[in-house]
This record gives sequence, structure tokens and C-alpha cells, in this order.
Amino acid sequence: MRLERRTRSSPAAIAAASVGAILFTLAVSAVLVAAAGAPVGRTYALLLQGGFGSVFAWSETLTRAIPLIFTGLAAAVAFRARLFNIGAEGQLYAGALAAVAVGGLHDGAGLDWPMWLLFPAMLAAAALAGALLLLGPALMKSRLGVDEVVTTLLLNFIVLLGVSALLDGPMKDPTAMGWPQSVALQDGLSLSQLWPQTRLHSGLIGACVLAAGLWLVLKRARLGFDIRAVGANARAAAFAGVPVTRTVVVVAMLSGALAGLGGAVEVAGRTGYLTLDMSPGYGYTGIVIAMLAALHPLGVVAAAIFTAGVLVGADSMSRAVGVPSSIADVIVATSLLAVLVASLAAQFRIRLKG
Amino acid sequence: MNEIADILANPAFWSAVLRIATPLILGTLGVLLCERAGVLHLGIEGIMVAGALSGWLAVYHGAPLWAGMACAAVVGALFGLLHAALTVGLALSQHVCGLGITLLATALSYFSYRLAFGQVSTPPTITPFAPMAWLGVPVLAEQTAPTLMALALVPVLAWVLLRTPLGLALRMVGENPQAAESQGIPVLPMRTGAIVAGSAIMGMAGAFLTLSAFNAFYFNMVNGRGWICVALVVFASWRPGKALLGALLFSFFDALQLRLQQSGDSALPYQLYLMLPYALSILALVLVARKAAYPQALMKPYRKGER
Repeated sequence: MRLERRTRSSPAAIAAASVGAILFTLAVSAVLVAAAGAPVGRTYALLLQGGFGSVFAWSETLTRAIPLIFTGLAAAVAFRARLFNIGAEGQLYAGALAAVAVGGLHDGAGLDWPMWLLFPAMLAAAALAGALLLLGPALMKSRLGVDEVVTTLLLNFIVLLGVSALLDGPMKDPTAMGWPQSVALQDGLSLSQLWPQTRLHSGLIGACVLAAGLWLVLKRARLGFDIRAVGANARAAAFAGVPVTRTVVVVAMLSGALAGLGGAVEVAGRTGYLTLDMSPGYGYTGIVIAMLAALHPLGVVAAAIFTAGVLVGADSMSRAVGVPSSIADVIVATSLLAVLVASLAAQFRIRLKG
Repeated sequence: MNEIADILANPAFWSAVLRIATPLILGTLGVLLCERAGVLHLGIEGIMVAGALSGWLAVYHGAPLWAGMACAAVVGALFGLLHAALTVGLALSQHVCGLGITLLATALSYFSYRLAFGQVSTPPTITPFAPMAWLGVPVLAEQTAPTLMALALVPVLAWVLLRTPLGLALRMVGENPQAAESQGIPVLPMRTGAIVAGSAIMGMAGAFLTLSAFNAFYFNMVNGRGWICVALVVFASWRPGKALLGALLFSFFDALQLRLQQSGDSALPYQLYLMLPYALSILALVLVARKAAYPQALMKPYRKGER
């Protein structure tokens, strides 16, 4: 019997690795639950119930999954080309800001455009804002060799402070009683409800369509081939005639646009205006989701729903048994590390006869 | 202009520069050590949070201040061991593992804090390190002992790294692990050791915040300082002396923006001043990018017998 490296991991092996990693994570987190003095079985039951146990739980989970699908896709497409975009958080806010700048009610009156034009203009502005935000780090990476991880991370802080300044100043809603809250979107721009009496909105459909579209592009289009080649080995790709810099820039624009769109959808689907606490770290969680999904766009949808369920479930579980809700973040972080190890295991197979 | 001159003439300003610099000096030295051995360590942000909490918790439960520092170093070292197991042992992506450790260490710290104190409105406090008035030197007397330790660590690390056989071996491991292996240098243990030691220093960088600069633990108190350290290492071209210089230069601007912001009569929104440290870090990266002498094997996992 011996271990041997697979030339290509099978989808089944990757799926098994993800499930194994999640089971391992739940076992590790059980220690923390026990440390908090709560019954482990009941805590997990409550967590599952809070995330997936009722129509209301599902609606909350799916609503929470929408921004995560966008940031997960943003991370997945970038990571495939080895562009480590850690800036989805900033791109999300930049997109949301652009959305309210275009579609907002400034001084009570917004842009006087017909809705069929204003709605796509709002989305385009959000996508463009996110894309442009990542363009700088992508160019610095390919032209100067500046590590994009640090630049995109630092940009998150800069964008959030910039949004904060704008919400205190020119973008502030004068009717918000002093809260740093942006002007509201015009009425016709909000996304329709998918399910009566819940917060679930049609952004979910948009997110799923984008995931499917991205999957097709990566699988069938020339761009998908170029991304794979650059991700596998940039030098070899350049030698083979793949336009490396152009591919990295296109991937950056695509990735940033996805995260920016996520910001616009979050504003148009949920709140109708932008506040500084719009995202509790969706940009960072998106990275975990992309890794859980092995960078597969359709897997991102599944991983986002799972993660959203854990986050939503942890809130209600925390209220019931008093385990701090940050356990959800521990679960998410541990599953990231566990899935990395498991994916390594999926690259090997056991040969019984040498 | 007059206003800036006033600020610069005030010893309290220079004292603030040194205080702001201390966690950056320690964090930068920690990252530098890992990167010289060829391993990127993006876990620093989370390890600083974990160090800040564990050091403070130890002191809160009655341990002496230096024991709290040691506790933070041990916690940092443990996370370093995890990073080493994943990136050196299993040769996984250094980028993603580091981010994972940051997420994990931050989440675990917040979880433990909530577990210990629940939803408190005012965070409990400790008695932090006292200023070293007995030194009698103007600016240094305002500082606490950990700052002295951070300053002392710079020449020590520079000497070990650049003047001793151990340092030579470590740099070789970061430049050309194949050659190092053929010289009989154990690559994987060397890298593991560097990460563990570097992570211990990162833990102490975090503990400085709760044991010296403040007297309590706050959520988001590390607030990107770790990422700034990662940028400072590039700025310092992986040299301890330049790391000190970079951290001081950086803190100079940070302290200056703080004063300008406090002087109040500025027409600019305060957020623009707060942006300055992050913008400066990016600028520093761009400025030195052309001549950055990355350790040749940085971010390249090493497997025995593979090239």
C-alpha cells in the first residue's frame, strides 16, 4: 500500500474533503462549547435550527448568503489567477457608495432618469467602483511587483475611513437625525421581495445567475483558460503566449466588480441606504467561502449558504444557551484551515498494490 | 507651519512617537524573522490580538506584568507553530494560511473575552507598566520597560541574523533552501524555529497595547497595525536596523497627524488623518518596489527532494 499523488483531484474527493473539514471543525468547536459550560449536543441542535430549522431561518440564512456569494465569487475568480484579492470588504463598500451616489435621493431629488436606465446605471457604477479599486493593486502587482495582499488589505481601511468621511459630510442623509447614514435610494430602485413577510430579496437570483455565468466563463471561454494558465504558472503561461498582465487586469476588474455589485445589491435589497456597519466582514468571509468551495463558482453558492446558516444560527443559539456568538467566526476560521489540509489529502490516493 | 514647529518642539510629542512605534518595532521584527527564513506570515494581525488579550488576561488574574508578556509570547508561539505546521510541514499556501490564522486568533480572542466577561459596558482594567522615570533621560523616561526591550531587540536580532553562523544558516534557508540542505542545514526545522520565534515577538507586540499603552482590552484595538508591519518589512529591505528606522518614521507621521487632528481648527474631516498611516504604508511599498530585495525563497514552500 502506498500514497500517490493524483494527477487531478476528482470532484468527489474535493467534496469529501470539504465535508470532512467541516466535521473536524465542529468537533474542535465542541471543546469551546463545553468550555462555555453549555451542552454540546443541544448547542449544535440550536445552531442548526437557528440557521436552517424553519421557513424564517431559511429566509434569514439566504438573505445573509447573498453578499457572501458576491464576495465569495470575487475571491474565487481572483485566487484562480493567483491574484490574492483580500480587498473585497473595501470593494463592497465602494460599490455600495457608488450605488447611493447614482441612485440616491440627493436633497430629496435624485437623478431624473427613467427607472429602466437608472437601475442599470446604479449597478454599473457599483461594479465600476469595485473594479477600479482593485485595478490599482493589480497594476502595482504586475508592473512593480508589489504584493497585492498587503495593498488590498490596507485599502480596506482607507475605503472604510473614506466612506465614514462621506457619510459625515456630502453623502449624509439630512433627515437621519445625526446618524452617519447615507442618503436613501429612490423608491423604484429597491429589489423586490422574494418571499412575503421576510427580508429575502431578488438579489439571490442575481447572485445565482452570476455564479452560473462565471462558471460557464471559466469552463468554456478563452478567459477561463487564460486564468487557469496564469494561476498554474505565470512564467510558463507567458511563454505559451498567454497575455499575463492583461489577464491579471481583467481578473482584477472582474473580481472587484463582483464585490462592488454585492455592495449595491445589499443596499438595494436590504436597507435602502448605506451605513458603516453594512458588512460584518463579508469581504473576509468571502475568502473562506471561496476556499471551502475549492474556488468553484457553483460551490461558492453552497458554501455561502452553509456559512450564512452558521452565522445566523449562532446568533439565535447564543441568545438561548449563552455561548458567545463569536463561536461562528471560530467555526468559519477553523473550517478554512481544515479545508486547506483536507484538500491536500484529496490530492493523494491510496494504492493498494504498488 | 508655526503649529507644526510647536508640536515638534514638545518632548511629549517625541515620547508619543516612541510609544506608537513600539508595537510596530516588535511586529516588524517578528515578520522580518519569518520572511528571512522564507515564510510569509499574515497571521500577525490575529496573533497581535491574541497576544493583547492573553497577556492582559494573565495580569488581570494576578500575574506580574512580565509574566503577562511571557504569556503573550507563548500564545504567539503556539499560533506560530500552527502556521509552521501548515506552511512548512504541509507546504500549503502561505497567504491563505496566514489569513486563516488571523481570522482564527481574532475570533478565539473575542470568544474568550466574551466568555470571561460577558457583555460588559466598561472593560475591566489592570495597572499597566509604569514609565521609567528613574532613567532621567528626557523622552526615554516617559517610556515603559517593553519599549526598552523592543529597542534592545533590534541590535540583538541584527547581530544574530547578520553576524552569527545561525543567522547565516537562517538567511540561506530563506534564499536557497536546496543549497542550504546540501550544506547539511535542516531547512524545515530552521523555518519552523524562525516562525515560532517571530510569532512570539508578534504576541508581545500585541501585549504592549494592553499592558503598556492602554490598561484594558478593546475589540478592534490592533486595527491594522499588523498589516502595517508586513508593509514595513518590505520598506526596511528585511534589515532590522532599517525596520527600526521605518517604524520610527512611520510613527512620527502617525503622531503628527494625531496632534494636527487634535488641534481642532482643521477644515479636513478627521478620517483623512486616520487614513494617513495606511496610505503611507502603500506609498512606502510602491517607493521601494523597484529595488526590493525579497528573500529569494519567500513564499516558496520547500519539499525535500523536489525542486
